[in-house]
Amino acid sequence: MTMLPARTERKLGLVIDLDTCVGCHACVTSCKEWNSQGYGAPLADVDAYGDNPLGSFLNRVHSFEVTPGGGAPAQIVHFPRSCLHCDDAPCVTVCPTGASYKRVEDGIVLVNEDVCIGCGLCAWACPYGARELDPAEKVMKKCTLCVDRIYNETLPEEDRQPACVRACPAGARHFGDLGDPDSDISRLVAARDGMDLMPEQGTRPVNKYLPPRPRDRLATAPARPNLDAAVTVEGGLLGWLDRALSRL
Amino acid sequence: MHPAPSLIVFTSLSGLGFGLLFFLGLGLPEKTGLVAFVLYALGYGLATAGLIASTFHLGRPERAIHAFSQWRSSWLSREAVLAMAALLLMAPHAAGAVFFATPLPVLGVLGGVLSLVTVFATAMIYASIRAVPRWNHWTVPFMFLTAALAGGALLSGNLFWAAWLMLGFGVALILHWALGDLRFEEAGSTMGTATGLGRIGKVRLFAPPHTGDNYLLHEMAYRVGRKHAGRLRAIALGLGAGVPVATLVLLPAGYLAAGLAVVAHLAGLLASRWLFYAQAEHVMALYYGRAPG
Repeated sequence: MTMLPARTERKLGLVIDLDTCVGCHACVTSCKEWNSQGYGAPLADVDAYGDNPLGSFLNRVHSFEVTPGGGAPAQIVHFPRSCLHCDDAPCVTVCPTGASYKRVEDGIVLVNEDVCIGCGLCAWACPYGARELDPAEKVMKKCTLCVDRIYNETLPEEDRQPACVRACPAGARHFGDLGDPDSDISRLVAARDGMDLMPEQGTRPVNKYLPPRPRDRLATAPARPNLDAAVTVEGGLLGWLDRALSRL
Repeated sequence: MHPAPSLIVFTSLSGLGFGLLFFLGLGLPEKTGLVAFVLYALGYGLATAGLIASTFHLGRPERAIHAFSQWRSSWLSREAVLAMAALLLMAPHAAGAVFFATPLPVLGVLGGVLSLVTVFATAMIYASIRAVPRWNHWTVPFMFLTAALAGGALLSGNLFWAAWLMLGFGVALILHWALGDLRFEEAGSTMGTATGLGRIGKVRLFAPPHTGDNYLLHEMAYRVGRKHAGRLRAIALGLGAGVPVATLVLLPAGYLAAGLAVVAHLAGLLASRWLFYAQAEHVMALYYGRAPG
């Protein structure tokens, strides 16, 4: 059903800490691995060992360089990008078949792969590029928030979170109910001044990004070693050879 | 966007077909018998050829029937429903005119109006996408509607109206390009807002997430050079609107003038539609360091 629910009982989502992410891509590979089984058709890998590999991924990590003003040094920020499970998701309303829907019980936006006709309109509607057409299955793929893990009683308790959150070695990914102001994740967002991506697009994303903390700025430039003093005049045979060769 | 041939053909032909059906439905001109047969066949043929062409861009066309279900929220679904409604409602009127010399004007007008609303729905599929600022603008439905009306007037033999509507189509093209060029900046999405890092300083892409291609880049980060685009715009305007207006004004009314105008208009229309897709800048490309321009 592609009418958006008026409200959802919970707002499950992720919080990505841009200050801590080291760009290791563990979240990318664990997501790819988990979604090669379980919910829906496996994520495609076409021509994986050939000249032109092409595959669908639900989570991708970019790296950006940010240059603050005032002559401060640039910083590299690693930036994981995946579905933000927006409250006002444009990808849900444009879907002509009802394959794209937002769940009332937890706010997760999913694709019903049995109904999707692969028209690609939802991918066009998403400003964040969170949806990709699977080259093998020809249906749309997107982050499922590991809906097949978080409620899965057959997994041990610590594994009942999204694969990417579980895999992150830097602790840069967090999962929880962002609709509950008293949850750990909501307190984290409030403490670190978590932000929405492209708020001007009006999607009201649920996932939040924690901005990098301000870096140190040195009052003066760092001291540079005086390398000229390192050159010594050698005596003996080697010194004579050095001078003789320089004259040639 | 990577201009998909199926979508270019679909929107151009179906727009033309529904435009023709609009004039026929309103009894402009009121024809019966063989002449009516040819005209209605052309209208229905163009509209259905276009609709069938659109299914070629689907990943799973065998499930296309589901596309009629979400008309409450989706413009694509509305277009499917409206197209079916227009063609079905018009059918008794067309059959009556062709086989029994008795057109049914109520159904004709209804079908004709629905035909035009179908073209509006097609345009709104694109205009409702906020993530492509160039498309998210009133000039898009204006352009689609004037194209359908101008082409429809031409094909239905209303040459006086066709000349004026072709002029209108030309104006629509110019407005869509001129105002469209300003839209991305107007919309306010930048690499800074896309990453949220604009609060720190100037953002540039250091490393893309992958060295190869992917669906997003292939579909949405198509780039057509500005010089190339400028020339194509001139061709689209000249053939799509200029030549039809000239032939209709300068040549005596008749099959020659109409024929030349139709051929030129169709060529220009296809070029303008190719540009429409090729020049679509999606805000997603900001994540790949591709600011437009």
